Amino acid sequence: MTPPPIAVRTATEWLSARARWHPLEIVFWFAAFAAIYLFPARHLILTEIAWLGLFALSLDLILGYAGIISLGHAAFFGFGAYTAALLAKHEIIEEPVLALLISGCAAMALGFVTSFLVLRGSDLTRLMVTLGVALVLRELANRYGWLTGGADGLQGVSIKPVLGVFRFDMFGHTGYTYSLTVLFILFLVARRLVNSPFGLSLLSVKSNPLRSSAIGISVDARLVAIYTVAAGYAGIAGALLAQTTAFASLEVFSFDRSADLLLVLIIGGAGYLYGGLIGAIIFKFMQDYLSALTPQYWPFWIGLALVVIVLVGRDRITSWTTPIRLMAARLNWRALARRSAERL
Amino acid sequence: MLSRCMIGATVSLAIGAMANGAFAQDTVKIGLIVSMTGQQASTGKQIKAAVDLYMKEHGDSVAGKKIQVILRDSASIPDNTKRLAQELIVNDRVNIIAGFEITPAALVVAPLATEAKVVELVMAAGTSIITERSPYIVRTSFTLPQSSVIIADWAAKNSIKKVVTIVSDYAPGADAEKSFVGQFTGTGGQVAEQIKVPLANPDFAPFLQRAADAKPDAIFIFVPSGQGGTFMKQYAERGLDKAGIKLIGPGDVTDDDLLPGMGDAAIGTVTAHMYSADHPSAKNKAYVAAFEKANNFRPNFMSVGGYDGMNLIYEALKKTGGKADGDSLIAAMKGMSWESPRGPISIDPETRDIIQNIYIRKVENKNGQLYNVEFQTFEAVKDFGKIKK
Repeated sequence: MTPPPIAVRTATEWLSARARWHPLEIVFWFAAFAAIYLFPARHLILTEIAWLGLFALSLDLILGYAGIISLGHAAFFGFGAYTAALLAKHEIIEEPVLALLISGCAAMALGFVTSFLVLRGSDLTRLMVTLGVALVLRELANRYGWLTGGADGLQGVSIKPVLGVFRFDMFGHTGYTYSLTVLFILFLVARRLVNSPFGLSLLSVKSNPLRSSAIGISVDARLVAIYTVAAGYAGIAGALLAQTTAFASLEVFSFDRSADLLLVLIIGGAGYLYGGLIGAIIFKFMQDYLSALTPQYWPFWIGLALVVIVLVGRDRITSWTTPIRLMAARLNWRALARRSAERL
Repeated sequence: MLSRCMIGATVSLAIGAMANGAFAQDTVKIGLIVSMTGQQASTGKQIKAAVDLYMKEHGDSVAGKKIQVILRDSASIPDNTKRLAQELIVNDRVNIIAGFEITPAALVVAPLATEAKVVELVMAAGTSIITERSPYIVRTSFTLPQSSVIIADWAAKNSIKKVVTIVSDYAPGADAEKSFVGQFTGTGGQVAEQIKVPLANPDFAPFLQRAADAKPDAIFIFVPSGQGGTFMKQYAERGLDKAGIKLIGPGDVTDDDLLPGMGDAAIGTVTAHMYSADHPSAKNKAYVAAFEKANNFRPNFMSVGGYDGMNLIYEALKKTGGKADGDSLIAAMKGMSWESPRGPISIDPETRDIIQNIYIRKVENKNGQLYNVEFQTFEAVKDFGKIKK
């Protein structure tokens, strides 16, 4: 059997290097789990960061990996939140993990149905369509107040213990551990997904849809698939919010939420899975710190900070870390070159 | 991992509980959660100004305790309110959480108040059921049935036969509509149509047209504080003020904060409410003067909720000798009565809701400024929402 040509080998090695765990990633997750013990007083905001990070990750899947820009991602978030809250309120499914899965599936179904709308048209059309879907859902939730509680929010939701054992406490300890675990598992899945041939084909669709279809990638099917998956992620993020606060209000569908989400992703950088997570950390802590400092005028400082971030970091903050990434890339290259040389 | 975390959680919970008990030291902390930004920002601004004024006038210590107010912005989003309240209780160890300009925010915090045994002082939200949601909730604002029932009585006695109701589509709106319609039809009046308007960013024009088409004697209107200006503008644009259709309702629509900018269309609007900046008492004159001096705007009914809320806290602390745990405070607050800028008020010992005078007022031009001028008083009105049960 003849060995495959060098080009193919280099490519496979590049791909497996891409999928390999970087030490910084391990540090990141270690720190996230260590926060369970290290910062027990901050679990409430950490919980918010966890679901916001998951939500941003979901947007990254469609924006960063498939190039679908959306201003209505809150539609799936809200759908998941209301599903989870309603399941708990009417005692249909009381166990949170199962309810979480079902909320995710419900959002996925909604994502699948609406994905055909985003296949059409350009970025601007997509912005409008996604925005429209979120607005429609918000108004439906407002209209059917008997089900959703309308503008008063869904009151009287009580969430049973996770797996029947861990009760949601007032300090947010269970909430954080639960949300972080869910985030971690879904992150692993997403990581596997984007490094798979499917994920690569998405990147190809993103950079040139015409050429991708010419080399045999079915563009529409790929977009429908990733949009559906992302919707499921957003739904689970929403369900986490509903379960950890035992509440859902019309705000879950709001335009502000979708717009903030885009900001979060831009702060963190789109197109790599940590973008949403880092963005969520920066955004939430900045918001929390500034709004405690000046409850009246914090939106001003947030706005200013965002302008500065975008100006300094161009369209992504990742360029701040360019030197480090370059160095890492060079090390990888050397290792690759050495290995290829050995095989030759 | 999870189980170890839970042990940690239990331990810190126990520590937290001990600390809360042993915390009765020198500072009493009040977590004030209001909207300083977002749709209800005007209410937050009023309450904050009133709280500041009260503390300026009465000092920041009472019964040997230093009073510390921690202000948090809910940005008018109930989910935020819940997390902020939780953090204030857990991290800052506040003794009292106060504020809550919208009903959903007040309701969502109720289970926390019960669990943590912390007094939840509602300074603004006006839905009747709020105080029933936790034994630690006490209210210094008003309830919508209080003013809606009174105005229905007044309308029936003043040859208004046919009314169209327009209310914001959320709990306080439903409360206002239900109590008005019930009382008004009970006294023989006719309600031609009941219209609900979306709470967020409302456009009243099409609803006003529908109301005008029904040719009523009067329109009963409830919109939350802050939206009255838009409503009045569109009411005037449609020429309803000239068509002889009167405007009646709870006083939220002719909110003192916005009234000076409403224009002549507002003149003649008759509302029932618990506070007007024009209330002719010495106490109120001093209050308005001090408030305007400090802030450059007029105090409205939300501000007195904040001012009286602070007074309730100070007086309760005097009564408990500085004990600031939830049970002692709530016991001290029940039945307390005092004179507020709005007139004599008290806290109902059974429902922890406010008992106060409701005044019938008419918008008039007084020395070039619009005011709600009171001309009839209903004394010591309880919350009708709870009496009926």
